[in-house]
Amino acid sequence: MNPTTTALRAGLRRGLIELRTTFTNGQDLWNYFFPTAVLLVAMFFMRGSTVPGTDFSLGARTLPSALGMGLVFGGLLGLAQQLIVDREDGTLLRAKAIPNGMLGYLVGKLVLISAISLIGLVIQLVPGLFFLDGLRLGDPGAWLTLAWVVPLGLVATLPLGAVIGSLIENPRNMGLVVLPIFGLIALSGIFYPINGLPGWLQGVAQVFPLYWLGLGMRSALLPADLAAVELGGSWRHLETLGVLGAWAVLGLVLAPVVLRRMARRESGSRVAARRERAMQRVG
Amino acid sequence: MTAVELPGAVAAPRPPDEDLALDVRDLRMRYGTVDVLHGVDLIARRGEVVALLGPNGAGKTTTIEILEGFRLPSAGTVRVLGVDPAHGDERWRARLGVVLQSWRDHGKWRVRDLLAHLGDFYAPYATDRFPRPWPVDELLATVGLTAHAGSRVARLSGGQRRRLDVAVGIVGRPELLFLDEPTVGFDPAARREFHELVHRLADLDETTIVLTTHDLAEAEKLADRILILAGGRIIADGSPDQLARRVGGDAEVRWTRDGERYVHATADATAFLRDLLREHGDRVRELEVRRASLEDAYLTLVHEEETGIRTGRAERVWQQEETR
Repeated sequence: MNPTTTALRAGLRRGLIELRTTFTNGQDLWNYFFPTAVLLVAMFFMRGSTVPGTDFSLGARTLPSALGMGLVFGGLLGLAQQLIVDREDGTLLRAKAIPNGMLGYLVGKLVLISAISLIGLVIQLVPGLFFLDGLRLGDPGAWLTLAWVVPLGLVATLPLGAVIGSLIENPRNMGLVVLPIFGLIALSGIFYPINGLPGWLQGVAQVFPLYWLGLGMRSALLPADLAAVELGGSWRHLETLGVLGAWAVLGLVLAPVVLRRMARRESGSRVAARRERAMQRVG
Repeated sequence: MTAVELPGAVAAPRPPDEDLALDVRDLRMRYGTVDVLHGVDLIARRGEVVALLGPNGAGKTTTIEILEGFRLPSAGTVRVLGVDPAHGDERWRARLGVVLQSWRDHGKWRVRDLLAHLGDFYAPYATDRFPRPWPVDELLATVGLTAHAGSRVARLSGGQRRRLDVAVGIVGRPELLFLDEPTVGFDPAARREFHELVHRLADLDETTIVLTTHDLAEAEKLADRILILAGGRIIADGSPDQLARRVGGDAEVRWTRDGERYVHATADATAFLRDLLREHGDRVRELEVRRASLEDAYLTLVHEEETGIRTGRAERVWQQEETR
């Protein structure tokens, strides 16, 4: 069989094995379910408030926004985190030492992170349906929108995660990425519409994928007349496609270059040096 | 040309290149302004077990990483299985096995899953002579991990983990295997088993093996040839026996006579003993002759290199060879 096909298949299997492993690991499960539970509790208490200018539940508006945020967290931070950890413990070097191993490794990671993101989406959406009203899940149009927003969201965020994971060597520096993302959450209308923010802040938010993923998910799950309270009074699908697509292209152009450079520099002594630093952090 | 101090290194004329698994000439490595390797020359014939010895910081790991294709040299010619590692493709990669110092990866994986998964990548590179990958059950039995096939990697003991590392290194049935300090943390039984495994790989499968170790007894047991790397160059190259004989020189003779202990160092133990016994006959008791060991040779060579006595000697050996 063709070595590339073999590596792609092995990568797929790798992703599935790691998926099974992560969902039978207590620590990992806690990491998935705890934030979801916190968000659901927040939505539960927001369910009685209304979106300004409407009588629609603020909690129900938050659910799709939070799903969009979840894609950014899963795709971007999830992959970056995995790359950093796998570099530190030698997983990446191992992949480098076997033929087409890096390809298999990457495919495995993409499968794993995509699956975790999708599963995360479901475990947040389903309980939310029990206490939030007005989400139009019965509408085929909703699923049609989900069918392009979710994959596009992953394609826009995963390569960025790969770039960030390749550039950051020390797990401690993840804060450099996490903090700005938390700032962006406030700007991007995940928990509250941003119509009241100054125009330039709205502009900043609209540069990044987070705002558009929230908007895209709302456009899929909220009733059509809620578009009136969005910026520009519309779901702006074309703009969503444009901005997320631009990030996807940027990521897909950068990621192979940065990944290759990172992989080329991996060696046993680098892994050993990193471990030494890690020991000092612990000790 | 001056006399060669280490005839063992040049006893065999350099064989034609196809027989060489490793052919390295004038390998140099510089980090910033520091030269780590100043012109390393080394070869390994197919099926040979070569041990690379040397003090910490001598450049062993750097050398191995260059051979593995993980690091680019500053200068020199490197051929590993006939290919420059800097341009080695995946087909070349599939013919190598790499066991680095202490891996910690894949802790959540089960032993069998991991070996089966990593083995999959080698299947397209199978040849008649090298069926790839090594069947997992057979491999598990070979490294003695059958009982732990279902264990999580993170739960293995240090020695088991190391055997798993070796299993991963050979799952693709490599033609050339790099072992970087393979038996650190092994108990004596595990070490013995590992040595048998290395012999088996070298004898039955004709795997060329390059190993680094600090355990001289291990090098003596495993290696056909020993290279000593110190100060960024190869300072000695020969069979364990040759090195011990050429370098250490003096044997140590111990005996007791009339209840008193004697120790004498001599270059010719046989002649000394003949005289000793002729002179004192039956009064000589508890006679013990210890020939210069590899350890003595190693320590002498490294000490001479570090104090500058023997600098440049290995280069002379190689020059001599090249002018033949």
